[in-house]
Amino acid sequence: MNKRGWIFLIPAAVFALLAVGFYAGLGIDPNVLPSPLIDQPAPRFALPPLQGDAQGFSSADLTGHVSLVNTFASWCAPCRAEHPVLNALAQTKRVPIYGIDYKDKEDLALAWIAELGNPYTRIGADDGRVGIDWGVYGVPETFIVDRDGRIRYKHVGPLTQADIERTILPLVARLER
Amino acid sequence: MVNEIGHFALVLALCIAALQAVLPLVGAARNDAALMGWARPAALAQFLFVAIAFFALMHAYAVSDFSLANVAANSNSMKPLLYKLTGVWSNHEGSMLLWVFILALFGAAVALFSHNLPPQLRARVLAVQAMIGVGFLLFILLTSNPFLRLVPAPADGAGLNPILQDRGLAFHPPCLYLGYVGFSISFCFAIAALIEGRVDPAWARWVRPWTLAAWCALTTGIAMGSWWAYYTLGWGGWWFWDPVENASFMPWLVGTALLHSAVVVEKREARKTWTILLAIITFSLSLLGTFLVRSGVLTSVHAFASDPLRGVFILLLLSCYTGGALILFAWRAPQLAGGGLFAPISREGALVLNNLLLATAAATVLLGTLYPLLLDVVAHQKVSVGPPFYSMTFVPIMIPLLVAMAVGPMLPWKRGDLPAALGRLKFAFLATAAAALVTLAATGARSLGAACGLALAAWLLAATLTELAERLRLFAGPLPAVWRRALNLPRASWGMFFAHAGMAVVIAGITGSTAWTEEKIVSGRPGQAFEIAGYTIALDRVSEVAGPDYTASRADMRLLRDGRGIAEMHPEKRFYPVENGAATGVAIHTNLLSDVYAVIGDPDGTGGYVLRLYYNPLVPWIWLGAAAMALGGLISLTDRRHRIGAPARRARASATARVQAAE
Repeated sequence: MNKRGWIFLIPAAVFALLAVGFYAGLGIDPNVLPSPLIDQPAPRFALPPLQGDAQGFSSADLTGHVSLVNTFASWCAPCRAEHPVLNALAQTKRVPIYGIDYKDKEDLALAWIAELGNPYTRIGADDGRVGIDWGVYGVPETFIVDRDGRIRYKHVGPLTQADIERTILPLVARLER
Repeated sequence: MVNEIGHFALVLALCIAALQAVLPLVGAARNDAALMGWARPAALAQFLFVAIAFFALMHAYAVSDFSLANVAANSNSMKPLLYKLTGVWSNHEGSMLLWVFILALFGAAVALFSHNLPPQLRARVLAVQAMIGVGFLLFILLTSNPFLRLVPAPADGAGLNPILQDRGLAFHPPCLYLGYVGFSISFCFAIAALIEGRVDPAWARWVRPWTLAAWCALTTGIAMGSWWAYYTLGWGGWWFWDPVENASFMPWLVGTALLHSAVVVEKREARKTWTILLAIITFSLSLLGTFLVRSGVLTSVHAFASDPLRGVFILLLLSCYTGGALILFAWRAPQLAGGGLFAPISREGALVLNNLLLATAAATVLLGTLYPLLLDVVAHQKVSVGPPFYSMTFVPIMIPLLVAMAVGPMLPWKRGDLPAALGRLKFAFLATAAAALVTLAATGARSLGAACGLALAAWLLAATLTELAERLRLFAGPLPAVWRRALNLPRASWGMFFAHAGMAVVIAGITGSTAWTEEKIVSGRPGQAFEIAGYTIALDRVSEVAGPDYTASRADMRLLRDGRGIAEMHPEKRFYPVENGAATGVAIHTNLLSDVYAVIGDPDGTGGYVLRLYYNPLVPWIWLGAAAMALGGLISLTDRRHRIGAPARRARASATARVQAAE
């Protein structure tokens, strides 16, 4: 190799850098959009309960412990797919799950809960206004709120068991520390 | 049963490819004719078995065998047969099988049409080609097997995305893949040359037809994709700088540079290492495109359902092939002897400029495509890079390229005379000035950019015509003599003429559509008429019609100019019940100078419909020009120097001596 041999190494070096970037990029989902509400205090609200429940769901419920806030609706097919995952999470009693029943008919929501089970500590019925404050643009969406009542994470779309194990539970554990 | 045969054939093809990747390479190193002799039959057998697998899958689609998970997810018994068949490559697994099928096809073609290749070079080319085959066959079998069964089989399939049910799109992927995968041959030749440590004019001549064929297919594929976007998506646009469009455009840019650079190797034995590097990069960018589309690292309308395992696997393949090739390049390329010297102003110099500009343009597109991903990795920020970035970076690089493209063919090899060449371009200067002035006079000073664009197109077209006229001595001699010279002109020269003239036409089309498109969005009721760009579009009626697997709201429109009827237009809004999806049936009336483009949208609730009407001047030229470019490539492909036995590597002895002297 002559003295200018290092020039011929440049393409390989550039490619190596790119490949490292690609590998790091594989772990990122490009469809996740950041929420401007991240690290902001959760909006103040007070939602009425579904029929038969004693208490609704309000922002006061979210302080003092880490909590999961899940928006759902009986008309939403992905929510149906997500529900068993939430039921399983609720059984571990790892973190309380609060439900916002979004733009739903009360009787349908009750039938839905009766059919699929109730993973929620409390449920509030929302006609859509509180959803706007939370920046909801589709159900299901799930938020993690820390002890001080700040939103720390937003998940768009149905949660899977993998999401729970890889993202939700580690973050909950970190926030509880 | 057929499915199992297909699956089994794929496994056999993998085994054969593995042998083909090793034995001929060992044979070439030991100069063992028996081992090298493995390469050709293995390449043919590999193709045979991949073809069996491919047609087995196609059979499953044709008979709607929903016991295959792949068919059930992507087809439906109600689809027309054509879309059942093209459904094979409308999904990730099937399109990977098409990819490997075309790879094996090229391997078999090299095996069949390489009588004049030295046995060692042939053995090495086919072995490297088989290495690529092994990687992708493993990828299919381990992560993307289209032959997986579904138990119990569903009664019917989920169907194909309605916007993909289109004749143009049916043949866009095969064309694109012919291009992508065709560049694998140039890549294999480059690797074989690095292993041998020898690049000479004969090598360049052998690579050229494969590069040309791939380039033609890619040009056609990109043009078809853009045409499809134009007439199905219903936005009146034809290029969106989408990451996946870019992924096909980057290999095209570098492949174009490669075509030109290989000419310098062939004629003048110069620019060898650069040509090798371009061959590696062109195919690597094709692989990168595969990675970007299928790993889900970028958001794109084209993205296949992403799966992290597949992403890691393709990244691994990309690292092996590109990384391995570039390391081999770093090791061996310094030993390749440089060739003929040339002055900066010369044909070689012009081709170097062409290469620099094309490579920079490709780098710009690469940056724009990867920037969102890299920024996300480094800084966790989401950005998207859109057309403004490309108009600010890509367009300024294209302008000097087009200016130089006109002058380059006027320059002789070794040393040229720029003033003399410019002197011969008097007609082109006149045409340029005329185009600019006429544009400004006709449309006003507002369209300064458009005047520049059309002037550039006129400059390139006039210079290309001048060059041809000079070669034919068109105005100096009787017509029969000119005719004879035209027949005797090398096909490669005709190829260049069509390709460069086609480029000028494309530039004019892009300019016209960017500068003067008119758009009108109206709410229209039957009986109303709308004006656009001097045309009148009368909406007579909207009725419900039934297609083979869809229902549609179909508008009956009349296109009028000065009160006279010109054409009927029938845009449709289609609804596909199986897929629960909608598609737009755009109505386009073209007179080859401009398009009138009509789209019918949803009812507005008061008895009217949302109508989008466009007037797109010069847009048809984009595809006419692209077709001329691909035609140029095809004509060049028939040049007799590719058909007759190449000069049996006469330059070889001296080249070898020079390599040894350099070492």
